[in-house]
Amino acid sequence: MSAQDRPLSPHLQVYRWPISMTLSILHRITGVGLGFGTLLMAYWLIAAAAGPNWFADAQAFLDSWIGRIILLGFTVSLMFHFCNGVRHLFWDAGKGFELNTARNSAIAVLLGTVVLTVATWVIGYEVRG
Amino acid sequence: MGFKSPMGRARGLGSAKEGTQHWWHQRVTAIALILLSGWFVISLIAMAGASYEEARAWIGHPLVAGLLLLTIGFMFYHLKLGLQVVIEDYVHGEMVKLGTLMLSSGACLVGALACALSVLFVTFGG
Repeated sequence: MSAQDRPLSPHLQVYRWPISMTLSILHRITGVGLGFGTLLMAYWLIAAAAGPNWFADAQAFLDSWIGRIILLGFTVSLMFHFCNGVRHLFWDAGKGFELNTARNSAIAVLLGTVVLTVATWVIGYEVRG
Repeated sequence: MGFKSPMGRARGLGSAKEGTQHWWHQRVTAIALILLSGWFVISLIAMAGASYEEARAWIGHPLVAGLLLLTIGFMFYHLKLGLQVVIEDYVHGEMVKLGTLMLSSGACLVGALACALSVLFVTFGG
């Protein structure tokens, strides 16, 4: 077999994208996203320090539909990064590397993200009345 | 070039003695943030729709202010470490990389300062 004929890795025709790779890149994307999300937290805290008019503006922005979409994105990102971060900590401790375990924990992370996000918003709306 | 073996070249140059520091700090801040971000999110849910006075009373409470400052510190440090890894992985030109790293680290510092000062102003500003 000449050098050019050797199979490439990953061999694209028989390659199945593992779910762990999707979660891996999502961990980075949500991490960077949460970084931009801290701007929102900074805005809210600065507004609370700056005075009632600033605070009213900040609350009005968070209440608008675009503010709510950003907040929803922030919640999803945070819950995902939180769950998958715990998964990473288990790996750091040397646990959960078996293929089956890693796939199951990936699914658990996705389920956890959905459950925590929905719970946050449902309870949030309940509190708000 | 020279007649030294790779081991001979490496010996004496020494390590920076902080090879695992970045990795370790990222983990330690992650564990702290499990607790702090949990508290933070639950508090924010409970605060949904709070008025200006309620929000300031919450931020200004000594225990809350302390926990907020801890959260802000760990969060922006964790963010700085994480952004650094992402930039080192994807930005290749040496000058562009240095510039982006300075920019992201600086932004994290400014963000942390802005948040912390706001908390302190509310707490002590009256």
